[in-house]
Amino acid sequence: MSTTYDVIIVGAGIVGCACAHQCSQAGLKVLILDQGPVGGQSTGAGMGHIVTMDDSPDQLALTHYARRLWLELAEDLPAHVEFQRCGTLWVAADAEELDAVKRKVSVYQSAGSKAQVLDARTLHEEEPHLNPAMLGGLLIPEDAVLYPPNAARYLVDRARSFGAELRTGVAVRQIGDKGSVTLGDGSSVEAGLILNAAGCGAPALTPHVPVRPRKGHLVVTHRYPGFVRHQMIELGYLKSAHSVSSDSVAFNVQPRATGQILIGSSRQYGDDSQTIHHGLLSRMMAQACHYMPEIGALSVTRTWVGFRPATPDKRPLIGPSLVSDKVWLATGHEGLGIATSLATGRLVADMIVGRTPEIPIAPYSPARVTQENVVHE
Amino acid sequence: MSDTTKHFDIVIVGAGPAGMAAAVAASQSHRSVAVIESNPWTGGQLWRRPDAAATPRAGRHWHARFKACKAHLITEASVGDSIAPGHLLVETPASAFNLFYDRLIMAVGAREQFMPFPGWTLPNVFGAGGLQLLAKSGWPLQGKRVVVAGSGPLLLAVGAQLRKRGARVLCIAEQTSLKHLVRFGLTLPRLGPSKLWQALVCQSQLLGVPYRTGYWPIQAHGTDRLEGVTLRRANGATWNVTCDMLGCAFGMVPNLELARLLGCDIEQGTVRVDTWQKTSVNQVYCAGEPTGVGGMDRALIEGQIAGYAVTDQPDKARALFGPRQKTHDFTRVLNQGFALRDELRTLTTPDTIVCRCEDVTAAQLACCDDFRTARLYTRCGMGPCQGRNCSTATHTLYGWETEFSRPPVTPIRVRSLVDLSVEKE
Repeated sequence: MSTTYDVIIVGAGIVGCACAHQCSQAGLKVLILDQGPVGGQSTGAGMGHIVTMDDSPDQLALTHYARRLWLELAEDLPAHVEFQRCGTLWVAADAEELDAVKRKVSVYQSAGSKAQVLDARTLHEEEPHLNPAMLGGLLIPEDAVLYPPNAARYLVDRARSFGAELRTGVAVRQIGDKGSVTLGDGSSVEAGLILNAAGCGAPALTPHVPVRPRKGHLVVTHRYPGFVRHQMIELGYLKSAHSVSSDSVAFNVQPRATGQILIGSSRQYGDDSQTIHHGLLSRMMAQACHYMPEIGALSVTRTWVGFRPATPDKRPLIGPSLVSDKVWLATGHEGLGIATSLATGRLVADMIVGRTPEIPIAPYSPARVTQENVVHE
Repeated sequence: MSDTTKHFDIVIVGAGPAGMAAAVAASQSHRSVAVIESNPWTGGQLWRRPDAAATPRAGRHWHARFKACKAHLITEASVGDSIAPGHLLVETPASAFNLFYDRLIMAVGAREQFMPFPGWTLPNVFGAGGLQLLAKSGWPLQGKRVVVAGSGPLLLAVGAQLRKRGARVLCIAEQTSLKHLVRFGLTLPRLGPSKLWQALVCQSQLLGVPYRTGYWPIQAHGTDRLEGVTLRRANGATWNVTCDMLGCAFGMVPNLELARLLGCDIEQGTVRVDTWQKTSVNQVYCAGEPTGVGGMDRALIEGQIAGYAVTDQPDKARALFGPRQKTHDFTRVLNQGFALRDELRTLTTPDTIVCRCEDVTAAQLACCDDFRTARLYTRCGMGPCQGRNCSTATHTLYGWETEFSRPPVTPIRVRSLVDLSVEKE
């Protein structure tokens, strides 16, 4: 078969869909493949938080850029994407976390992001159901939430309007170094470039991809409109999310457009099963009850697990792989895949067509990860 | 054993006919037996306790036997999740507890099948079972003009009950044609002894009420509430009936959520069991409607067999194999006889709501290939009923399968998940 595509994207999660959108808009002929439906894996399991994070300057640059792109896109998004600019509220439980708020506010502001310190009184006015013992918070008002599977679907529909081709229910068995993919039925398709955007499935298709699934649990409640107003995360999350050696839970709640509340979060390495870890779920719910005591009486409709594609240094892998300049990566976004998908798509398209990216791309280059340091901490 | 932990040799989920019979049988051993029932009453949908005076003789008989047996009854208790084999998380209005068992009998019954058609979500359009509950709970029905439509013997029972409460039952519309009913021999003598009795009771209440076979509802009319219904017959003729209430019954479908959660094999929409009512999962048994909708007689017999089997009383169980076979034969005839006609699968228009909890229309589902993508893109089946209604509707309308259940089986409080214990007793 002759080369008919410029880019074949393996994986129709939100990252693959965003890449398809940007590449096809840039004039490239794109084929996007997924073994399941659009947004059926990590994208469908995740919360859908458009969040700016300041773990590192690189992370802040990427998340801040990505949020700007989402805000630019916001008015075009159809209602079923449920984009809501509810803001992120980081909750400080103790004096140490309150000090962190004061440091973080200037970090955000210097990056050009709005950020506001809330004292205890304002915090409780903003979120009346929080535990009165909470001391304050940091409000990032431009952060948002959305419904990820429909966001992915919207992006892939945009890509198709620019001529991209989508094939779901098609398993990719192998990615060839010279620019081809072998499908489940044994046939192969060639392209100038193969982009591995298979999330947690990426390492099975490309060697030396240091991505590991990091399991998470989520809970969704019945509808309680107004019970939670912002996406809220405990500042202690920064401590727990940093620890890669042990299982951790953190208070993280999100108001859905439906009035339902999503309750997270947990992080776990080394458990690839789809089963619920009840001990961890119990701890996660205890943490939610600690931060919002009245949440205990709310009714849970569903609990489930999902997997974040995590890298050792918590930065995604965007660009040419170590294997071949015809095999590129767009994976390893861990819990920030929804948030940073649009930036990833833009950067990938910039690199392919030779446009100057708006932010430095080196921090996310797969080349940073040599074989010696691919071991996770 | 703490307050949050209970252990019984035998745990029966559901105190309807199958669960009560299982408890009575299992109690004829020295094993400890508990029955978990989500309602405040025993007797299931069929023999609601509050309506004791109107409960048929069989119901009173089994209630008496159940009351006399040693089984420990816990009402208003719902299974939330299965934590591990032999360990359920159960919630009551006040608290949650960890329930440990050696053997489990699922006697969780069936629910009404809802068929979406234009207008079916209007106020005063009810499931026939729902209408029956309204009648039993004293809802004012005097002089109300009611149409009962759908399929199966339940239509007659509902019609009779409504009439007894003073409703004007304008007609009972059975979707199956008379020819089809005759072909399957679904005339009164065929309906077995206890069924015959029921049918006669119904008939005496239903004198003068038109029983129209080969008619089905195609549209409910009204703006704020129901004003009338259009019925159709196979030759294309339609009939508009002005009415205040419409009760629809399109048969029953088994409750399979717990079986799915426990990993039991499900075949053709029923839990697969062996001759001892044992499922594919070790220590887990199933009786009554989930093994095949078949009504009271089947539920009572299967319940007893399961109750004897789990307590190692094989001879008593074996003695019921013959009677069980008769109820199975009858069930088969009934299900074939009242099979839903294909026309019912094509009644929806693009704006007909299919998933009531999430207000998902047929048009929105057009982009979906299966129940999974419907959940993903439209939230169909993701509301408080957890897909109980629309998973059945989409199976009938589009042939979609529901392959898994996400816990909890029934909605559970956040606090209850905190209280669950992961320690083995």
